[in-house]
Amino acid sequence: MKKLLAGASIIALTMVAAGSAWAGKADDTLKIAFNKELESVDSFYNSAREGVIMQHNVWDGLLYRDPYNGEYKGNLATEWEWIDDVTLELVLREGVTFHNGEEFDADDVVYTVNWVVDEKNGVKTQRNVNWMKSAEKIDKYKVRIHLKAPFPAAIEYLAGPVSIYPNEYYAKVGPSGMGVEPVGTGPYKVVKVEPGKRFVLEKFDNYHKDSPKGQPTIGNLDIRTIPDFNTQAAELFGGGLDWIWEVPADQAEKMTAMDRFTVANESTMRIGYLDMDAAGLTGTENNPMMDVRVRQAIYHAIDRQAIVDALLKGKSRIVNSACFPSQFGCTEDVTSYDYDPEKAKALLAEAGYPDGFETDFYAYRERDYAEAMMNYLNAVGIKTNLRFLQYSALREQRMKSGTPISFQTWGSYSINDASAFTSEFFKFGSLDLARDEEVRDWLDVADSSVDPETRKEFYAKALKKIADQAYWVPLFSYNSNYIFTKDLEYKPAMDDIPRFFQMSWK
Amino acid sequence: MLVFTLKKLGLALLVALAVSMLSFALLYLSGDPAAAIAGETASDSDIEAIRIFYGFDRPLLVQYGEWLFNAVRGDFGQSYYFQLPVGQLIADRLSVTMILGVCGITFALLTAVPLGVAAAVRPNSLIDRVALFISVMGQAMPSFWFGLVLIVIFSIQFQILPPSGSESWRHFVMPTIVLGYYAMPGIMRLTRAGMLDVLSADYIRTARAKGASEMRVMFKHALRNAIIPVVSLAAVQMGFMLGGSIVVESIFALHGAGYLAWESIGRNDLPTVQALILIFSLFYIVFTFLSDLLNAWLDPRMRVG
Repeated sequence: MKKLLAGASIIALTMVAAGSAWAGKADDTLKIAFNKELESVDSFYNSAREGVIMQHNVWDGLLYRDPYNGEYKGNLATEWEWIDDVTLELVLREGVTFHNGEEFDADDVVYTVNWVVDEKNGVKTQRNVNWMKSAEKIDKYKVRIHLKAPFPAAIEYLAGPVSIYPNEYYAKVGPSGMGVEPVGTGPYKVVKVEPGKRFVLEKFDNYHKDSPKGQPTIGNLDIRTIPDFNTQAAELFGGGLDWIWEVPADQAEKMTAMDRFTVANESTMRIGYLDMDAAGLTGTENNPMMDVRVRQAIYHAIDRQAIVDALLKGKSRIVNSACFPSQFGCTEDVTSYDYDPEKAKALLAEAGYPDGFETDFYAYRERDYAEAMMNYLNAVGIKTNLRFLQYSALREQRMKSGTPISFQTWGSYSINDASAFTSEFFKFGSLDLARDEEVRDWLDVADSSVDPETRKEFYAKALKKIADQAYWVPLFSYNSNYIFTKDLEYKPAMDDIPRFFQMSWK
Repeated sequence: MLVFTLKKLGLALLVALAVSMLSFALLYLSGDPAAAIAGETASDSDIEAIRIFYGFDRPLLVQYGEWLFNAVRGDFGQSYYFQLPVGQLIADRLSVTMILGVCGITFALLTAVPLGVAAAVRPNSLIDRVALFISVMGQAMPSFWFGLVLIVIFSIQFQILPPSGSESWRHFVMPTIVLGYYAMPGIMRLTRAGMLDVLSADYIRTARAKGASEMRVMFKHALRNAIIPVVSLAAVQMGFMLGGSIVVESIFALHGAGYLAWESIGRNDLPTVQALILIFSLFYIVFTFLSDLLNAWLDPRMRVG
């Protein structure tokens, strides 16, 4: 028996040695897991978080925002200046090359901008580009970008989702070619794409030396899509992975207790909120949601802090305003409603619902959060029926006929400006259930004014009224857990975009 | 026989067409495709642009007609999600699923049939009990759980098999066992029941009386008759494995066709879903047809039908 066991363990050991699963530092390869299949690496043709990650690592924007202090710096452009409210002039960096050797100059900027703004080309993330009208070449290293209307957040977008493509290559291969053989100027170049499954990246040796992103240090990135968290954990234990993210809070706690890996937690820009049918889109006859006292009662009824403590954990915190606190123009200096079920009941009684009422409660993600909120509402007499739908079905329902109350989230596409949040939902778009003309007009001023103080003033006005009227119940910010090998030096940023070029081996 | 075959094939194609029409309509009912493609982060303008770009503003019938017209010429169009031709996408994913399906059914047959025969030869014996236990376990254990148990044992404890990916044969060992084990109980119990039935038949007694060896009686006389329903079941199981190994593909991150179909439904990626449904229904048709042929070879009486 002893002999047999010894034999078995030798076989096991040889097989381990024969395996390819060695942790990353030894072969300078960081092994990464994505949770979802990324549709296309071409950043204008995906709307996924994984796509944003690829975009930041493979391409460069004209500008760059330091993710830790929020400061804007030049990247592919070295200087920028507003000629008037709708014209931005940029001086481009010289001596930059794309991964395929193509030289970067004004033609690339002009081609990229004019391509993405053309609706015929069907860019998937219209909001990121449709504020631009066109681009114009002044000389080889100087361009002008013309806007459709004054848009002060332009700098933020140029530092974020608008990356610059090589004109000759893109004209030849188009989005489908770019999706499988991406070419950018960024710190990492893509050497292999198995659509949705696997992406292999390699440090770009010719990355321009003065980039505000710094220089990449890790040689290779091997990104695989592994949808199941348990499988990711198994790979991590076996050395088949070095870095995973979006780990559920309870699992992160267990991993922390184990002390074999670094567990880092950081807030993300995603905010959860309850959206209520204040304008009566579902019908104006006997619609309790149209009464401000009912909406305030709902606000008072929910113990948001308890949900954060029990379910979200980490660096999540409750928010009181319809925007992400770090966004330009966002203020938390608005009316807030503490958890007070008695007051909620009193407000309901005052509104003519002493025994509460019954309503459908819509949600599409985090069923446990939704159920917690429903319990709080039931406790004050509002009987809720959960309608848990696919995102697209819920969105359609909201656009067509509205929903009395729904649990929604918004991540602002990591744009650090309130125009990407508040203005998205309170300017009479199809998802605006408040339809408040005053709020809309204030937001119009805030979105298009070039004076920062005016912008702040008008966002504050709008946000205060949104809170006073309790059009929404802003809930909490989300957080993300990152788990990685102790060999890796990495500090997550608040915008939930892992920048592999800022990671290094210890 | 030819007319019979053609009739059967024609009917099968009609079934495939009906399935594809139904799924097309159902996907539209399940949510606005433009909103699904645009994703959670989309603004109104994003969705509107996509609606027009993909032509969702046209009548449903026109859209379906266009799809069908292109599909019969072998052009399944572009995936809305991956900006790639659907044909290329599916070919890539299907190979993994095929390997997994063939391995899975082989594993199931190689374990289930001998166990079933052994159990039938000695009913109510220890071996019968053990076989019953194994089959009940296979039926009762959810494959996601079984998969994780295997991962814990073979990937974490002993580190002899990789938990995810599809690069080498070692990646397929655990998925094959999980998928095959799930299909095994049905096959085993059917083999056992069929064998018990056949072994009490007169011609077995006659064969034994003629002095045929026990081996010959078992395999030549008994199993050949008992296996006929098993062939039909295995064909259905095989179709099921090729279209439905979603859980296994997801746990072991194999990225096969089943997982692609499942994800594509959530994304309302119509061209991909349509093409996969067509291929899956063709699989069922082909396997049922093959099992009919195989049964006709096993049992000459069926060749008359």
